[in-house]
Amino acid sequence: MLFTSYRFLEFLLVLFLLYYILPARWQWKVLLVAGFVFYFCANPIYCVYIAVTIFTTWYAGCKIEALREKSTVYLQEHKESLSKEERKSYKAAVKHKTWIWTLSCLLFNLGILAVVKYTNFAISNINSVMKAFGSVGELGFVDIIVPLGISFYTFQAVGYIIDVYRGTVEAEKNIFRFALFVSFFPQLVQGPISRFGDLKKTLFEEHPFDKKTICFGLQRILWGYFKKLVIADRILTGVNALIHNTDTYTGAYVFVGMLFYALELYADFTGGIDITIGIAQTMGIEVTENFRRPYFSKNIKEYWNRWHITMGSWFTDYIFYPISVCKPMLKLSKFSRNHFGEFIGKRVPVYLSSFVVWFATGIWHGASWNFIAWGLGNWLVIMASQELEPLYKKFHNRFHVEGKFGFRLFQVVRTVLLMSCLRLFDCYRDVPLTFRMFGSMFTAGNWNILWNGSLLNIGLTVTDYCILLCGLVLLIAVSLLQRSGSVREKIAGLPFWGRFLLWYGLFLTVLLMGAYGIGYDSSQFIYNQF
Amino acid sequence: MKKKKYFRIIAAVLIVICTLALLQRLLTPKYVDDVIEGALIAEYYDEDKEHDVVFIGDCEVYENFSPAVLWEEYGIHSYIRGSAQQLIWQSYYLLEDTLRYETPKVVVFNVLSMKYNEPQKEAYNRMSLEGMRWSSSKVKAVLASMTERENFEDYLFPILRYHSRWSELNSGDLEYMFQVPKVSHSGYYMRVDVKAAENIPEAKPLADYEFGENAYFYLDKMVQLCEEKGIRLILIKAPSLYPHWYDEWEVQMEEYAKEHHLLYLNFLECTDEIGLDFQTDTYDGGLHLNLSGAEKLTSYFGQILTEQTDVEDKRADEKLAAIWEQKLAEYEKDKQEQYIQYGIEK
Repeated sequence: MLFTSYRFLEFLLVLFLLYYILPARWQWKVLLVAGFVFYFCANPIYCVYIAVTIFTTWYAGCKIEALREKSTVYLQEHKESLSKEERKSYKAAVKHKTWIWTLSCLLFNLGILAVVKYTNFAISNINSVMKAFGSVGELGFVDIIVPLGISFYTFQAVGYIIDVYRGTVEAEKNIFRFALFVSFFPQLVQGPISRFGDLKKTLFEEHPFDKKTICFGLQRILWGYFKKLVIADRILTGVNALIHNTDTYTGAYVFVGMLFYALELYADFTGGIDITIGIAQTMGIEVTENFRRPYFSKNIKEYWNRWHITMGSWFTDYIFYPISVCKPMLKLSKFSRNHFGEFIGKRVPVYLSSFVVWFATGIWHGASWNFIAWGLGNWLVIMASQELEPLYKKFHNRFHVEGKFGFRLFQVVRTVLLMSCLRLFDCYRDVPLTFRMFGSMFTAGNWNILWNGSLLNIGLTVTDYCILLCGLVLLIAVSLLQRSGSVREKIAGLPFWGRFLLWYGLFLTVLLMGAYGIGYDSSQFIYNQF
Repeated sequence: MKKKKYFRIIAAVLIVICTLALLQRLLTPKYVDDVIEGALIAEYYDEDKEHDVVFIGDCEVYENFSPAVLWEEYGIHSYIRGSAQQLIWQSYYLLEDTLRYETPKVVVFNVLSMKYNEPQKEAYNRMSLEGMRWSSSKVKAVLASMTERENFEDYLFPILRYHSRWSELNSGDLEYMFQVPKVSHSGYYMRVDVKAAENIPEAKPLADYEFGENAYFYLDKMVQLCEEKGIRLILIKAPSLYPHWYDEWEVQMEEYAKEHHLLYLNFLECTDEIGLDFQTDTYDGGLHLNLSGAEKLTSYFGQILTEQTDVEDKRADEKLAAIWEQKLAEYEKDKQEQYIQYGIEK
């Protein structure tokens, strides 16, 4: 059930009616059933996978909580009789047990993710190695179903169990409530990756029919469909033509494809998230924001704080920090300090932890060396920027450019171009080809395609370009307006007919200019595959 | 204050409904200047509904038979509910739909569509189904006809299907937005031009010559429906030279007709008797008959209808005569205009 299918809209309508017609205490149960219906419609077997993750994580969480409660009671009861040493050793034993539960849960669920998503990638690499060593035999690929959104719900479950282990959230005793957290259908497809502590605040509450919240939710959904159907799915034809015909479309075409893909990915992903957050909002549920105008970032580090925010914070909280402060890392840091000095010693843990994070980010996006190269490319640029920071500062001070509009614009354009270049790994089928295509931008010398009409031969007509241009202008205008507060709030302040004109105009734009139905290839959201 | 609020909401809802309805009318193809086959089905509803003979089927009925000739020569009041590549389940549901308005004495069904067992092309589905008025028959017809990529919602709200037609609108879309002129003569699509049948494509051998289960299922339903309503069902195969009508198909149809006591006429076997000359009686090289061919075929078939069924000569019926007087005038006018258009001297 694609977000852009009629069936999904009908499913939403029925759900919405049930949600508000049935007694409010049933609302979260309705959502739970809806989540499983949604998942079942995608493929009944997916339900088995998600049910296993739900059960194992919930059970491990309960066990950890029970151990902790038991130890608190035990320590209370034996407050007098236990020595300090005995208390310490008892606490350590309990912590060890909770760690075993956490680790088992992590290994099991990340193991499922690894098997379904990375087995064939591993086999392909093993085959390459075997071939390099002269072996004629090859391992056969396996046919494994990759459940929809497995990366997203596994990460939510993993985040939950770590939070329970750390004691930042209390384990959920009710398996059905926990099941709803993992299977909350709007975010099942492409995130955001919510934290239990955040989502539970509104997920299980009773929500009365609130006109303003519902209107705002519907408006956000409409805006999401505008991005997805009018922009992303329209430019998709051009992007596909440019990146799939690598013999024809080299040089300046790569540059155009890179920019088109940047727009498509932005409109597709943020559009999907708008729909997700909007759906949740119509039901009174608050889902964490995943974007904050990322293309206005002045450097890559800032960009990653504003793009796919929940993924970035997940990797920071659950991978970067634990690795940075783990015992082997502290030992390595100390060793480096002692042997190579303060400068190196300070950087080793940061560099290594970041390396692991970006490697994981890359491979999370897809089981291929392209994504790993993309992740490591980001790591390299971020580390280099960090190292060059003092140099930048000197330059800024010398030429007094800091804060000036022209320079800020340059920084924004530079960041967009840099990110777009890195995303070429996402576009082409392998790493060497990506480098070749990137290199061709500087050697092909075909920049005249930008004005000689060649860009009308990639499946996009003049009408398409006009729509895309208007769409882009609207995106930028809305982003600029967002800097001074919610655009929907601003529109809500307009007189009735002004509001009506704006929202109905947007609805008609989606209806008439959306790339949907027969004649357009229905396209999945790009992030569904992750 | 509250009154004003409600008024605004009602006004807004009305604006939404009206603009969407207008846009839908504007964007939906009118099938007047081009591909007029798409307009045939809808024209039936404006007709007088006391037909004695109703033809159903694909282009082999709406291009090969002329109800005007049946009236002029035999006084038979008939109508053709034909559309391009009309599949057998569409024929069945169109028959069901027709029987909601009238019960003819004879239903004539062209059997070429027996060769299709599954939904084929969206464009043809649209031309056959869009013109149907909404009823349970239409719902079933749509559901039976949809290809994998089609959605029922697109039939329910055609604006969803044609939303992107705004970039190809022409003056005709505005002109015919509310009133579409008639393009057929009681369902007959007139063509007077000539293109001799010279290079008939060779019949390709098929992997399986057996008609499909689905096709038989709907043919059975058609037979049953006609029996229930006391209608005489006649099966025909029009004399189009291609698509090729295989001997194996002929055997199956003959057997079926025999088994169900139906009259089955394969006009391909009596082209000489009809007087058809494929050098002059076809406008597209043997695929369909032109006016000259259609009139010869209809004249021949009218004789059979008169002799073998109980349809009556109704030329004495004043009401019908008046209707046909007007129809024949339009028929003649169209004929003359086309003769001029194609530079044919008559």
